[in-house]
Amino acid sequence: MLCTNCKKRPATVHYTKIVNGEKTEMHLCQVCAKEISDFQFNFEPNFSIHNLLAGLLNSMAEPTVGIDYQRNEHCPSCGMSFNEFSQIGRFGCNECYSAFEGRIEPILKRIHGSSVHTGKVPRRAGGELKVKREIDLLKAELDRVVKLEEYEKAAEIRDKIRELEKQLDKNK
Amino acid sequence: MSLDDFIYNSKSLWMEGNGPEADVVLSSRIRLARNLRNVPFPHKANLEQADKIIKQVFDAIEKSSEFAGQFRCFRMKELTHLERQILVEKHLISPALAESEKGAAFIKHDESVSIMVNEEDHIRIQTLYPGLQMEKAWQLSTKIDDVLEERLDYAFDEKKGYLTACPTNVGTGIRVSVMLHLPALNMLNQSNGIFTTIGQVGLTVRGLYGEGSKGLGNIYQISNQLTLGQSEEDIINNLKGVTKQIIEHERSAREKLLKDAGIRLQDRVGRAYGILSNSYIISSQEAMELLSDVRLGIDLNLIKNLDSRILNEMMILIRPAYLQKFFGQELNEYERDIKRASLLRDRLKQSEIK
Ligand SMILES: [Zn+2]
Ligand SMILES: [Zn+2]
Repeated sequence: MLCTNCKKRPATVHYTKIVNGEKTEMHLCQVCAKEISDFQFNFEPNFSIHNLLAGLLNSMAEPTVGIDYQRNEHCPSCGMSFNEFSQIGRFGCNECYSAFEGRIEPILKRIHGSSVHTGKVPRRAGGELKVKREIDLLKAELDRVVKLEEYEKAAEIRDKIRELEKQLDKNK
Repeated sequence: MSLDDFIYNSKSLWMEGNGPEADVVLSSRIRLARNLRNVPFPHKANLEQADKIIKQVFDAIEKSSEFAGQFRCFRMKELTHLERQILVEKHLISPALAESEKGAAFIKHDESVSIMVNEEDHIRIQTLYPGLQMEKAWQLSTKIDDVLEERLDYAFDEKKGYLTACPTNVGTGIRVSVMLHLPALNMLNQSNGIFTTIGQVGLTVRGLYGEGSKGLGNIYQISNQLTLGQSEEDIINNLKGVTKQIIEHERSAREKLLKDAGIRLQDRVGRAYGILSNSYIISSQEAMELLSDVRLGIDLNLIKNLDSRILNEMMILIRPAYLQKFFGQELNEYERDIKRASLLRDRLKQSEIK
């Protein structure tokens, strides 16, 4: 068999790559295999992070292994089980996040040191979150002006908060 | 714009090599991971679902007033292996996307943006700028994100943010990275100490090519590791702050080298220039190392008659797939080494400032 890259030298390096669940058979000669591994531009630091994640999942899964076998939950939407997730380190769909909610929480904390998003909120999918965040900000401001005994300002802010809360109720 | 234009055009915006702090920072990149609600993530999606997403992204772009007509769509299954490899070598798509039959990339004509569809996540928006321009890259990527969100239903959770296939990307879904040229820190063996510190502030660093501790051609990429709990601005500012410190370290290392090793440095740089402009057989590895020396020589004004873009441009042009496309034929390793040398001789001559 000839190397699939240069089609000149015999293939001596054989391996299977799995990307996004698709298998690719790789048959390369020594020279091409070396060149490809030396020069494969690593787009993402995924490798180290995925390894880190796999290690994390294993270490965190240990104490509950016995329970896992008894009730290995599945995501109702894509059918992925939590065991499958721990093996490949990827969820099957967005619903997995709610299906495995309780077990993901500590994992996110371990990876990111936090489990609460504080960044960008999309205009449409963000829904009420933008309004809620605005209310939180106004409430903090309210506390501040009350402490300073600026009651006129406080009344204004209270009105604004009420208005926003009405908006939220309407959407329900 | 045809595929050939993308392929023969070596001048991606980021390869122009200008921009702030360009003596150390080669490029700034932002990547946003996004997914659609109630569609299986790419590794679980079937071909039909994957195709539908490509179509939806296409519509979202073409129906927008901001970006209609500015992108070209490449479906991976319609490209040859070589063509995919060239897009990888130009940093426009990831190796993972290149190998996915479900994948597609929407590339903006100036190559400052590529939207990868059906990679690990449904959508990955990438913006790439020369020099240290993370804010610019962020502004463009978030704008494209807004345009896509107008017509696509994103998977977003109030608490967990943007939901991604891998939990290491959840939240902001942002990966910010800078590509740095650090020859002096390496020559003085100071890079490892600095990189250890970087790991302690939630960032990762690695050689751009290969897995060794020393980046080939002294080129490194630094990225944020955490995506949840901080805002995009905080993540960008953190990386920017660290990058600025590294720039200062590299610059003072260059000054120290110049002071302590003046003639030896000049000799090394001059030899590198000499070999690159006179060799007839050269491996990509050797070429990268010599290009790094020549670029350092240009930055330190030891070489006065060469354009500094030579490194940014040639690090792409000397790669195997690009060489084969450029010369219009399949080449074995030995033939590539010969063609690479010939291309380098020509380009160095062209880059001479008269
Ligand atoms: Zn081969
Ligand atoms: Zn699921």
